[in-house]
Amino acid sequence: MLRRSGLWAIAAVGLSVPAVAETVSTFALPNGLDVVVIEDHRAPVVVHMIWYRVGAADETPGNSGIAHFLEHLMFKGTEKVAPGDFSATVEAQGGNDNAFTSWDYTAYFQRVAADRLDLMMEMEADRMRNLRLTEDDVLTERQVILEERAERTDSSPGALLSEQMRAAQYLNHPYGTPIIGWRHEMEALSREDALTHYERYYAPNNAILIVAGDVTPDDVRAMAEKHYGPLAPSDGIVPRIRPQEPPQLAERRIALADERVSEPYLLRTYIAPERDPGNQKDAAALTILAELLGGSGQTSVFARALQFDTQTAVYSSAFYDGTTIDDATFGVLLVPVPGVSLTDAEAAMDKVIADFLKDGPDPAALERIKTQVRAGEIYAKDDVQGLARMYGEELAIGLTVEDIQGWDDALAAVTAADVSAAAEKVFDRKQAVTGWLTRPEAEPAKEVTE
Amino acid sequence: MMLRLIAALIVFAVPVHAEMKIQEVTSPGGITAWLVEDHGIPFTALEIQFRGGTSLDAPGKRGATNLMTALIEEGADDRDSRAFAEARDDLAAQFTFDSGTDSVSVSARFLTENRDQGVALLRSALVNPRFDQVAVDRVREQVLSGLRADEKDPETIAPQILDRLAFGDHPYASSGNGTIDSVTVLTRDDIVAAHAGALARDRIYVAATGDITAAELGAVLDKLLGDLPETGVPLPADADWLLKPGVTVQDFPTPQSVVFFGHQGITRDDPDFFAAFILNEVLGGGRFSARLMTEVREKRGLTYGIGTYLVAMDQAELVLGQFSASNDKVAQAIEVTRAEWAKIATEGITEEELATTKTFLTGSYPLRFDGNGPIANILVGMQMEGLPIDYAVTRNAKVEAVTMADVKRVAARLFQPDQLHFVVVGQPTGVTTTP
Repeated sequence: MLRRSGLWAIAAVGLSVPAVAETVSTFALPNGLDVVVIEDHRAPVVVHMIWYRVGAADETPGNSGIAHFLEHLMFKGTEKVAPGDFSATVEAQGGNDNAFTSWDYTAYFQRVAADRLDLMMEMEADRMRNLRLTEDDVLTERQVILEERAERTDSSPGALLSEQMRAAQYLNHPYGTPIIGWRHEMEALSREDALTHYERYYAPNNAILIVAGDVTPDDVRAMAEKHYGPLAPSDGIVPRIRPQEPPQLAERRIALADERVSEPYLLRTYIAPERDPGNQKDAAALTILAELLGGSGQTSVFARALQFDTQTAVYSSAFYDGTTIDDATFGVLLVPVPGVSLTDAEAAMDKVIADFLKDGPDPAALERIKTQVRAGEIYAKDDVQGLARMYGEELAIGLTVEDIQGWDDALAAVTAADVSAAAEKVFDRKQAVTGWLTRPEAEPAKEVTE
Repeated sequence: MMLRLIAALIVFAVPVHAEMKIQEVTSPGGITAWLVEDHGIPFTALEIQFRGGTSLDAPGKRGATNLMTALIEEGADDRDSRAFAEARDDLAAQFTFDSGTDSVSVSARFLTENRDQGVALLRSALVNPRFDQVAVDRVREQVLSGLRADEKDPETIAPQILDRLAFGDHPYASSGNGTIDSVTVLTRDDIVAAHAGALARDRIYVAATGDITAAELGAVLDKLLGDLPETGVPLPADADWLLKPGVTVQDFPTPQSVVFFGHQGITRDDPDFFAAFILNEVLGGGRFSARLMTEVREKRGLTYGIGTYLVAMDQAELVLGQFSASNDKVAQAIEVTRAEWAKIATEGITEEELATTKTFLTGSYPLRFDGNGPIANILVGMQMEGLPIDYAVTRNAKVEAVTMADVKRVAARLFQPDQLHFVVVGQPTGVTTTP
């Protein structure tokens, strides 16, 4: 089912790398709008995206969820387009459209036949500055986002655990607040809250236009000048300086018991550096580290130690996404086999990590991952929408086109010593949150039949 | 209003991938595939489907095909699980194996620079998988873990109740993943038998897209698939439809109920299929302008999303819908859904709805063909549905040919408000199981 808004934007940034650079062009309009054109002439299709450099981590305290709520309300119309007609018009062209919100950005996109691009730009430019909201629209849509929270978070013990862990991971940074918002604050979000956020942040000097597919940069420039060119910039755009993390001095542990849990598991996140403009070295090493430790069900360090050499876990993984403005997290996950307690599973996992710190990476495994990085560059060219999304996301957090195109080189340059150094630094329990998801009774769990 | 301005632009037909030529390739050994050559990117996407899928499970062996499929990548010939994965990763080849209700599917991506080695490795997995006992036991635990999770997942429980009520003794009545009891006792011999029964040449469909010629593909087909057995086990019979109208509530501790609902549907080869397809799109298509999205979500805020689908399986057809709603809103959401069902059955759809839906469906169709992977996927699906090789260029004309009289007639036939059965998993207020 089509869903509006992908809250958790888990773009597989890791090993997907950009297409050849010569197909990507960039320019800017005088009002500050940045434009990226990615050419792919294999099919008469185009993806049109607008990325705003504002997300949940830019909300004013007490208004959690407003960035995402506004994303929903952006479909409620302007003077020229009646409520609901935006999507209806895209669909009348045979296209589809959607939007998503993260901590660092809010994005809107349409995918249409290439000769419908002008119309998409006309409508997207129109709603960048001319949104109209009625009180009724706002109240009804607030019910929808509360249902969204019920469906995606409140109905899922795993989602609730992750939400609680994030809140504990970030002592000061707004990354600790859920994108969808805390329920009690969502219930109070108003039309004025939405419009205040909109008027300040939705403007050409806070946006990135990505057009990908069967287009030329000249055509895109002409259309962008016509539709986006006349829009006035906002004077409310300031550097995105959020409250930063203090030194994290104490390990945190979270236990969530819920009768809807079938498989107890343990999840741990460590605070970790993110990709920075001009400096992606640490992030590249952590990306490779996650792949080595938990990227494969057959060959990764966790899988070998915990699923093959011992029967400790049914499933294990490690993950890292450094595509954030501020501190990222590095995560590890373990689902023990029945009969193995979370205590024993955690001890086993910590021993694997300790052994890895001592022994360092297997050179053959490191080489294999780099082979896949190089191949990923070829496979990625087959998915122009994926490329568009990658450019949008990475530019929206402040990386440059050079950073984006240099990411595969950064991954290729990672040495075994880099991985070990990154692991040494990130695996610090004082900077970690460990979460246990269990049933209300003491684990280990028995089978439960309804 | 902008929408009016646009009306003039609506009539258009995007050509399906101007240079997309679908060739039928028959290998020297007699295996047929559909091919789209595109030498722009140096890799090939290959999609293979074996008809039958989990519905081929022998009595008492529910879950065998699923477990077998999960084990194909766990070692073959002289490579154990780890060695196989390392060999695959050294080539940067990508293999995905999946089992569905009606098919076992294999998706593969090969780089041109080492395609022969990639094909040899995949052949090894398809023809000579090891099914080592240690791998069987490990992967079985993963399947069991998933089954235990399913028992606590309303989005799995609800459709399983619906299937059980609808299909009685047919394999469709239960999950192809099996049950905790059935999977626990599966043996290596059961897995070997499931492999021999499911992966046979008499039920195979293949499509390829990308950097490969017809002659090269012919050789790949024989090498990859030529050594599979000629025949497998018989396909299952048609499923009788046993679902009575009504409501089934399954108590589950959650603030938001999951609701699945439906009744019998329409076959893919029915002359009225395209009219039904348009009607479903108007009522419950995934789009925001669909009637149910408008009435249940946009106007009343009762759900985050609601949709309906024409489900055409090999041995049964359904019109199926689903939504989630807070427990205190379920009753109203069901009421609105029933009312919309009755309305479309008696009144059909408007001329404008017919026109805009046709424009959407015909306009969106060519947009699907936007990469080697997606194209190969579509082509193998067409073959599974028995469609002709020129379907991609004739399909939009079939959509355009549907008239108001057609949709009126088919709406009355397709939508049966008094036949609907709602399965509700949660703790809904004011909704109870009908006797």
